[in-house]
Amino acid sequence: MVGVLELVEETPQAKSIVLEPRDWPGHRAGQHVDVRLTAPDGYQAQRSYSIASAPEDDHLVLTVQRLADGEVSPYLLDVLGPGDELELRGPIGGYFVWEESLGGPLLLIAGGSGIAPFRSVLRHGVAAHSSIPVRLVYSARSLAEVIYREELMRLADHDGVDVRFTLTREWPEDWTGHRGRIDRELLQDVSWPPSEQPRIYICGPSAFVEAAANTLVGSGHDPSRIRTERFGPTGT
Amino acid sequence: MEALDGNAIAGDLQELFGHDMTAARGSCRNCGDSHMIAELRVYLRAPGAVVRCPSCGNVVMVLVTIRGETRIDMRGIGGMEPAH
Amino acid sequence: MTPVSRGFFGRRRPVADPSRVPPGQYVTADFPVLSAGPTPHTPLDEWSFTIQGEVAEPVSWPWDEFRALPSETVTVDIHCVTKWTKLDTTWTGVSIDTLLEGVDTSAEYLTAWSDGGYTTNLALEDVTDGKAWVAHEFGGELLEPEHGGPARLLVPHLYFWKSAKWVRGLTFTADDEPGFWETYGYHNHGDPWLEQRYQGD
Repeated sequence: MVGVLELVEETPQAKSIVLEPRDWPGHRAGQHVDVRLTAPDGYQAQRSYSIASAPEDDHLVLTVQRLADGEVSPYLLDVLGPGDELELRGPIGGYFVWEESLGGPLLLIAGGSGIAPFRSVLRHGVAAHSSIPVRLVYSARSLAEVIYREELMRLADHDGVDVRFTLTREWPEDWTGHRGRIDRELLQDVSWPPSEQPRIYICGPSAFVEAAANTLVGSGHDPSRIRTERFGPTGT
Repeated sequence: MEALDGNAIAGDLQELFGHDMTAARGSCRNCGDSHMIAELRVYLRAPGAVVRCPSCGNVVMVLVTIRGETRIDMRGIGGMEPAH
Repeated sequence: MTPVSRGFFGRRRPVADPSRVPPGQYVTADFPVLSAGPTPHTPLDEWSFTIQGEVAEPVSWPWDEFRALPSETVTVDIHCVTKWTKLDTTWTGVSIDTLLEGVDTSAEYLTAWSDGGYTTNLALEDVTDGKAWVAHEFGGELLEPEHGGPARLLVPHLYFWKSAKWVRGLTFTADDEPGFWETYGYHNHGDPWLEQRYQGD
């Protein structure tokens, strides 16, 4: 069990839950936790959430995006509050971890709430004074749905960190970023060529991950350098 | 219905096997292809988790929770290798 | 017991008539989609329903002929082993009694099988005398693929995993042969009122 310290609104549909890491063994960037809710009559529901905080951060952070007919996200967003307890299992996972020893250059591709584990990766890279270049491509439906926008822009100020957004449904008139879904052209523009053997991580809804991975492999990237994590239904 | 991947059952596997299994490799008994557990296709919304080979679609593992205990059937796996 | 999450109740709702809710179940207004694999999409001109196995003569209907059979509309409650119950669901389909007219068999069991490889086992007595249908409509509309369309088995008096989605036929067997979920530990019979969820219940 961990204690809820505060809820931070990231977008109209997403909040970050800041948690007190009681008896927390520490984690690696890219890992996740399983959150389990128990009703008074014993009914339980469980969901996985990527850890959005870096291993070096003081508090554990999970970011939750509202799923319209969801069972767990409405509770976490609308009912859970400071002082409540949350049952967590974790940290979990080793496949989707990035740390400096794994090397780079590092390409991160996020769809919707798939950005959460990459916040951990980027913060970890900065905290560890990593010199490995990292590029993030983040696909969201609109600017209002970009999670951690200001923080990502600040991280982009660091040498060796490059952040690109692509908006798929609506964009401001003066938008100079990419428009539309991630495609071969955008990836070729942003990514290092296959010859540089970037480490590539893709996170988001299943269809998004599938499309991005196929495009990269189709462009000549080695599948063994690509790691993927699929979420349940959210929008991109 | 879109599938998730082996990351979605990572917690259950970690409890069953005592350590992280996501980067371990399993070979599909049906087609012989080998994949990391995290890259298998997982259908979670079921009376259990059905895990399928991404190459041929065959069922490689099924996790069910019966009377509070989670068990795994791996008859669809030909062999496993630890993570490197 | 695990600590309670303050204010969490899930999607359940209270029920006017608890006698309609089997033990351990919760009523939902949704229609959750559960699946053991990708949704099959068999074109109707390739679809058929076949009764085979321990029968004197197998019989098969292509889609047009199946749809020409007499069908009926029923309103039933359905109960999923994952604990949700949905009241008053309306289905239109062909009764298994109709499909079995003229089928000569002494076998007492059958396996329903579906596109995508799913199977489930049933006793003959659980699908006859107005207890089961092959349904092609839900709520007055064509059954959607994610809910089992073009046609699924409907056996509402048993847990809903027995109501095989994307059903393509029944294979009669001399013995009760566990199907997909039954092989992995679920009950061979599956009566929600006796809470027969798992083998040994």
